[in-house]
Amino acid sequence: MSTPIIEARDVSLSFGSVRALRDVSLTIGPGEITALVGDNGAGKSTLVRCFSGVHRPQSGTVLLDDWPVSFSSPEAARSQGIETVHQNLALVEDLTVWQNLFLNRELTRFGMLDRRRMRRDAARMVSELAVNVPEVTSRVRRLSGGQRQAVSICRAAGFSSRLVIMDEPTAALGVQETKKVEELIVRLRDEGHAVLLISHNFAQVMRLSQQVWVMRAGQCVAGRRTEQTTGEEIVGLITGAVAA
Amino acid sequence: MSVVAHTDAAPHGASPEAPETGSGTGGVGESWRTRVTDLSFWAERASGIGLVLLLVVFTALDPSFLSSGNIAGILSASAALIILAVAQTFVVATAGIDLSIASVMTLGIVVLGQLYAAGTPLGLCFVGAIVAGLLAGLVNGFLVAKAKITDFVVTLGMLSAASGLGLILSDGQPVTVTEGFFFDISLDGPVSMVSWIVVLAIVVAVVAHVVLFHTRFGTHVLATGGSPEAATATGIRTDRVKLAVYAIAGLLAGLAAIIVVARLGSTPPAANTTYLLNSVAAVVLGGVSLFGGKASILGPVFGALLLTVLLNGLTTLGVSQYYQPLSVGVVVVAAAFLMRFQK
Repeated sequence: MSTPIIEARDVSLSFGSVRALRDVSLTIGPGEITALVGDNGAGKSTLVRCFSGVHRPQSGTVLLDDWPVSFSSPEAARSQGIETVHQNLALVEDLTVWQNLFLNRELTRFGMLDRRRMRRDAARMVSELAVNVPEVTSRVRRLSGGQRQAVSICRAAGFSSRLVIMDEPTAALGVQETKKVEELIVRLRDEGHAVLLISHNFAQVMRLSQQVWVMRAGQCVAGRRTEQTTGEEIVGLITGAVAA
Repeated sequence: MSVVAHTDAAPHGASPEAPETGSGTGGVGESWRTRVTDLSFWAERASGIGLVLLLVVFTALDPSFLSSGNIAGILSASAALIILAVAQTFVVATAGIDLSIASVMTLGIVVLGQLYAAGTPLGLCFVGAIVAGLLAGLVNGFLVAKAKITDFVVTLGMLSAASGLGLILSDGQPVTVTEGFFFDISLDGPVSMVSWIVVLAIVVAVVAHVVLFHTRFGTHVLATGGSPEAATATGIRTDRVKLAVYAIAGLLAGLAAIIVVARLGSTPPAANTTYLLNSVAAVVLGGVSLFGGKASILGPVFGALLLTVLLNGLTTLGVSQYYQPLSVGVVVVAAAFLMRFQK
């Protein structure tokens, strides 16, 4: 396997007496969709937050392109090309689509916002990726759930990001919208982004991912190539019924 | 959009900021009709429409209402309130509130008066008033953003502290400021009916509009108010944004202090709570959401003008002063009710 984009080596993190992560080691390869599965409270979100700069491991290291890194903030992780699509999407309802796409990445000219260029670039970003293209000048408040998800994913995919982390991107969506977002995720991969997908939907994991990591009680208990495993085995690994 | 958008005015007519009534199908006439029958259309323009209505009513009742002298008087009387309303808008846009704004202005007035009484050059007196306002605003901002104390409590405390400080510094005595300069700026101006203090208020409003809608900082202010989680997730330092808006509010309150002194020729040390209520009222009338994230500068400016016209008109018609607070209250609550129809 080629050099992983990001790697966790023996990462541990406790909140008080709760050991959220215990010596977690896993890798995320370039150009593929890596799924992270596990029960609620298994530590998936906590691990992801170590990658996105929200948490810092208390021991162990996170390596980016084989180099140890320590992100001081989400902004630091973003500047290294690690983007996150948050579960709550992190969109500002009363701002327009283009304003959300460029939030804290605003383009300026002589200190003033370059609204025209941002609108134009936003239209291109959205039309390249999204299927049901929302108008970039409409406010997010007016968009459907799927369109919001698309905007949030477009924001993560833009700005030459290398790894896009998605925390249950289709949890709140209907069947049609889920299908469209899944197409979007596949397109992201085909364009060369690595994707880390947290999902409770095993059918989705089997459909989309190339690699699956299973977490249980703060530990990474197993890793499988998707083509060499089955949904039943994954469920067994999550519950502990199948030994890793 | 053919009419000025209050919520996020885009001066370049090139691209519509928000498609007002959906699909954009049908001709101009149809979309215009659906717009006008849409209550949200009226809600977003409440202050401007209300202002025009009041002008029509008062002029009908008393044709001398629109005399050049009265217009000049209304504009000058609204200058300080316009600046306070703009200041309040920045704070409210982050979903905060500055209850201390009028007290901080009074502190600025007192500092100006004491410096003047000590023989300080007028320019330095002005700087003193602005710095005093800025410092009070920074304290507010620090306590809200860094110490994480509720804005309501912090600024309520500052309301009392700043007016108390004003009384201590002045020993409760006003200073009479007889400077020709003050008459010049409050009575004369570049064009008739527009005095220099009105020009100052307009400049503040224009700069505020540019800052709010054409700078990164302005976008971050709206994002901080609209969704603190989203703002933080994209790396916006919401604590710095909050610190900044309270500092701006304090600084502008200091600036408004100069205007009040210029108009009165004296530095009354007693806090004027009407300014506080009217600044919040102007913001509400202007269609700014008290929940943050949605703001306008033109709306609150019209709101401030509306309130000034209302008081001026009632006085012109000889209505007892006792009815004025009641009328302001009714207008504000009616405006807030109309805002419910805003989308």
